[in-house]
Amino acid sequence: MTATAGETPVPYPFNESAGLGLADAYQEALVRPGLTRVRLTYGEPAWLATRYADARLVLGDRRFSRAEALRHDEPRQSEGSRDSGILSMDPPEHTRLRTLVAKAFTVHQVEKLRPWVRELAHGLLDELEAQGQPADLVEHYALPIPVAVICRMLGVPEEDRPRFRAWSDAALSTSSLTAEEFLRSREELRAYMGSLIEEHRRSPRPDLMTGLIEARDTGDRLSELELVDLCVGILVAGHETTATQIPNFVHLLLDHPDQLKLLREQPDLIRGAVEELMRFVPLGSGAGFPRYATEDVEVGGTLVRAGEPVLVAVGAANRDALRFEAPGRLDVTRTGVQHLGFGHGVHHCLGAPLARLELQEALEALLVRFPDLRVAGDVEWKNQMLVRGPRAMPVGW
Amino acid sequence: MTAVTWTTEVDRELCMGSGMCAAMASDLYRLDDEDRARPVSARLAPDERALDAADSCPASAIVVRDGDLPIGPRP
Repeated sequence: MTATAGETPVPYPFNESAGLGLADAYQEALVRPGLTRVRLTYGEPAWLATRYADARLVLGDRRFSRAEALRHDEPRQSEGSRDSGILSMDPPEHTRLRTLVAKAFTVHQVEKLRPWVRELAHGLLDELEAQGQPADLVEHYALPIPVAVICRMLGVPEEDRPRFRAWSDAALSTSSLTAEEFLRSREELRAYMGSLIEEHRRSPRPDLMTGLIEARDTGDRLSELELVDLCVGILVAGHETTATQIPNFVHLLLDHPDQLKLLREQPDLIRGAVEELMRFVPLGSGAGFPRYATEDVEVGGTLVRAGEPVLVAVGAANRDALRFEAPGRLDVTRTGVQHLGFGHGVHHCLGAPLARLELQEALEALLVRFPDLRVAGDVEWKNQMLVRGPRAMPVGW
Repeated sequence: MTAVTWTTEVDRELCMGSGMCAAMASDLYRLDDEDRARPVSARLAPDERALDAADSCPASAIVVRDGDLPIGPRP
């Protein structure tokens, strides 16, 4: 018997916030027929998809809608219900905004930044060496790289990092923030971005923000609020996850010395290793952004009724033995790793090519320059955030 | 009936299987067994969504032509 909507849901999320383990409950769900019935702290109960094929179906099929979430009591980890901008839209509305920014983030475009990103990484390592060990890898390496890159692309002053870091943290927090606190933080970030947009209107620059302003002012292709929220979304999504994955990857590799040794001996494995690490890390504390069925759809042996939400656990799908051989083994020599770490379908991570490039360059520079890299103190893990990873990670070399 | 004047192709070497095109226009593009996209039909009636797919492809793997003239991705 598989689950039915009447079954008592189990509490979710499954993963602990400290560390990067995949909860046992996922392993069980992966081998049990059908979807799992779950309940989050807020919102209505949901189905949870854990298998690769089911995840791909829900993320890639137009019968599942993100926009519908705005009309329901969306299952969520924090009180405030969130309009996630472009991530709360379906085509064709979603397409209208996505096509405005998609070209800036294609492989072709971001590859032009590679030499500069490499230089940036090495420059930060020079500073680390000058400053002495131990040093916090998050604060002095993992954050500055993606922040510098997205600030330059979008047209945000890098020195404002302390300000937008606090708002960005709040945007991704699942903690005790009340709905009111969450909204206040969002309004502050919008006001900040609004003032940057006004500056750009007065003096256009060769950056993405200026391009989007033009699309609004001369093409009328998006509203002022959409313009603000798109810039906010690009700034937050453009640095937070990459900054989190850099120490995650380092942490995992230090835990798998044989794999680390392989990468040091054969740096040309790094591109494949980044894909394998993306597969291996269950980044989220729990699946978010539920998809609502717009008609009855069978998913992995469970009939999802029209109007019911499905959460997709990509971290579990990336460990599905039906899709990956020995899924629990980190193997940097795997090739053609089609992980779901960047999602799938219309909401596939806009910045995926940029994130790949940053992760590759950050990892390579660090491994080449610091052959004796090690954790030199207590790793402090983020708590109650949508993404998991070290908040601080002291390293020596 | 609209005249079939456009053609489209997906470069399989470039395609990264994001599923973007197949999700945007499942009647125009689909993912095959190797998770690579391919056109449902190489020839199609003029359709804005093919241009949207070409514009949105993170790998710039989709080309749309009107006769011999490349029209997507748009500049």
